[in-house]
Amino acid sequence: MSIMSSRCSFGIPLPLIAMVLSLAVSASGRVQAYTIYVSSEKDNTISVIDGESLKVKHKVKVGERPRGIALSKDGKNLYVCTSDADHIEVLDLETLKVTHILPSGPDPELLVLEPAGKYLYAANEDDNMVTVVDVQKRQKVTEIKVGVEPEGMGISPDGKWLVNTSETTNMAHFIDLETLKIVDNVLVDQRPRVAEFTSDSKQVWVSSEIGGTVSVIDVASRQIIKRIGFEIPGIHKESIQPVGIKITRDGRLAFIALGPAARVAVIDTAKMEVVKYLLVGQRVWNLAFSPDEKRIFTTNGVSNDISVIDVERLKVKKSIQVGRLPWGVVVRP
Amino acid sequence: MSRLEPKNKKKRPHAFPAILFHLLAGLLLYGAATATAAATLEIQIALLSMEEERHIPLSLLEPSIDDTGQMGAEQGISDNNTTGQFTGQSFTLKAEKIKADTSPDEAFEKLHAQGVRLFLVNLPAAKLIALADLPRAKDSLLFNIAAMDDHLRSHMCRPNLLHTIPSRAMLADALAQYLTWKRWNEWFLVVGRHSRDKAYAKALRRAGKRFGHKITEEKEWTFVPGARRTDSGHTREQQEVNAFTQVGDYDILIVADELDEFGAFLSYRSYLPRPVGGTHGLSSAAWSGAHEQWGATQFQRRFHEKNGRWMTERDYSAWLAVRTIGEAATRTSSNLAEQLQRYIMSADFNLAAFKGRAVSYRDWNGQLRQPLLITSPRLMISVSPQQGFLHQYSTLDTLGYDRAESSCKKQQPG
Repeated sequence: MSIMSSRCSFGIPLPLIAMVLSLAVSASGRVQAYTIYVSSEKDNTISVIDGESLKVKHKVKVGERPRGIALSKDGKNLYVCTSDADHIEVLDLETLKVTHILPSGPDPELLVLEPAGKYLYAANEDDNMVTVVDVQKRQKVTEIKVGVEPEGMGISPDGKWLVNTSETTNMAHFIDLETLKIVDNVLVDQRPRVAEFTSDSKQVWVSSEIGGTVSVIDVASRQIIKRIGFEIPGIHKESIQPVGIKITRDGRLAFIALGPAARVAVIDTAKMEVVKYLLVGQRVWNLAFSPDEKRIFTTNGVSNDISVIDVERLKVKKSIQVGRLPWGVVVRP
Repeated sequence: MSRLEPKNKKKRPHAFPAILFHLLAGLLLYGAATATAAATLEIQIALLSMEEERHIPLSLLEPSIDDTGQMGAEQGISDNNTTGQFTGQSFTLKAEKIKADTSPDEAFEKLHAQGVRLFLVNLPAAKLIALADLPRAKDSLLFNIAAMDDHLRSHMCRPNLLHTIPSRAMLADALAQYLTWKRWNEWFLVVGRHSRDKAYAKALRRAGKRFGHKITEEKEWTFVPGARRTDSGHTREQQEVNAFTQVGDYDILIVADELDEFGAFLSYRSYLPRPVGGTHGLSSAAWSGAHEQWGATQFQRRFHEKNGRWMTERDYSAWLAVRTIGEAATRTSSNLAEQLQRYIMSADFNLAAFKGRAVSYRDWNGQLRQPLLITSPRLMISVSPQQGFLHQYSTLDTLGYDRAESSCKKQQPG
């Protein structure tokens, strides 16, 4: 810790030190066993990685072009958007077999499960819709009309809001989950990709891939409270394309995947400023924390691997080779 | 709509913010989809084109189409209107086609009198410039979606004229950069008989010089094309091309045949086993039906489903123009040409265009800077600018006439 503290004293903010300390304390507990699942868009596989050894244990064949993935509430199933197969496949994580298929509307790209685990929401890029699916009844419940090329899907942990982003309309659509109606639309920068809520459901962060920014939106007022930009010496501004976002449960740090810039930006949320850029693989897109939040995993599309970031030290620890064009990543406790 | 969760019935107390919202609706950009009762803002766009002789492609596999750009413009209108339903804006398109031997002035005046100030123009360079110079056009904004002429970017610029179609210089530079990467540095240039072919050849020569290539052989293709398809036609082409291409060694044959009269005959028939590029074979373009990256798949599918064919470069340029207007109208909440142009030419403007990075306009000549695709007839090969071609402002400005190479000065509307 002495090394950490001395490094922290050079410009790393106090809350961060506090967080590092608190994480270090919790780290003394037992090591959690967990599994990492990565979808590979080109290979049509899900790579299964053991969280302890960080080794690929299995590669499971699924339908054409798997992209967005999500765990079922009980952690027994993995929902896979197989975009070119125009449906969602349900992978049993014990047998590693696809047990059944859920309707999704055409070309599903990203999906989220509501906190209660009953409904899935999938963005259909092809027909400007968000499809609501009942996972038990295996039925499409309804469709919600949104902007052109819906993509990002963020659900508030309190279960009140679904935020969908539309790539060509450049909006974050706020959908009230009680009425399933759009209540508000917030204009963000070009080609919004991912919407991620803070754990207290008070903010939603939206990345704009082509705009090169992340908009932090206050959920109550639906106003942008901060537009975070990125600057990396030696990297052209046009190559900085934020996509994946993950925010720690305590809300202190946010990690943003910057695509072709091959960096993950670490943001101190108190200051809304970048504190560090971590060099990872090429075309870094999506992110997932380990259950204890000691690590964050990144999918690096062009280098065909995932990077393992040590969240305490903010250092890239390792990269693991997976299938071609890794896209989505989730971690099962 | 029925509620999904009956237990979750309590109403959220947001009556006050809702009232506040209505009061501010006129001032704010954020429109409420369900709540906006305010009047919608009408944004009229016109497309001016000219009757052209119908082009019959050399390949039976390619459809003969009326390439006015209208389908692309309509897709843009539809995209803008999807956004417009949330922002209270409504976009409409009026397409006017003039006869080949007439002046577009009358059609323009008519549309202008109807209140249209935003124009997409699919006309040859001379007619385009004449239009931009009309006294009444001073308060209008024109988007060139068809004329690739370099002089419109190098010295004949107009403050009310923007170009979404790339210039020949941009296309030639994009191809030349890829050939530099491949180190296919020795070119055999074959130029068609039309002035357009000669203009493209000129751009190729400029690009060759810029990126370190050498034109080791050059010939003009003078055969006048007859009927597009005849029985046993291939035997003639086999003989003709074989004889025509008996020249010294080279790395790639570059053909300039913009009217698609003979370019496609050259591949696989050249005397030496060498690839063909230029207007045919390995080509550079703003758009291609083969392009499906950076989200283009959905965009292409939308277009194909509606129109039964793939999008052309002109359609894409028309879409870009309409989306440019849409983006500016969304951000400024205005339908006034001057205000829109001010935003379009500002540093704030950028547009996602399914090319992996934002596109924007060059302030010295109004040209849209954009990545260009390097394609084969069936697949995408690469995208230029190529890695390693650097620029102090934007690597996209390594394609075409850069600020210092153009005598056009910074554009200001009005």
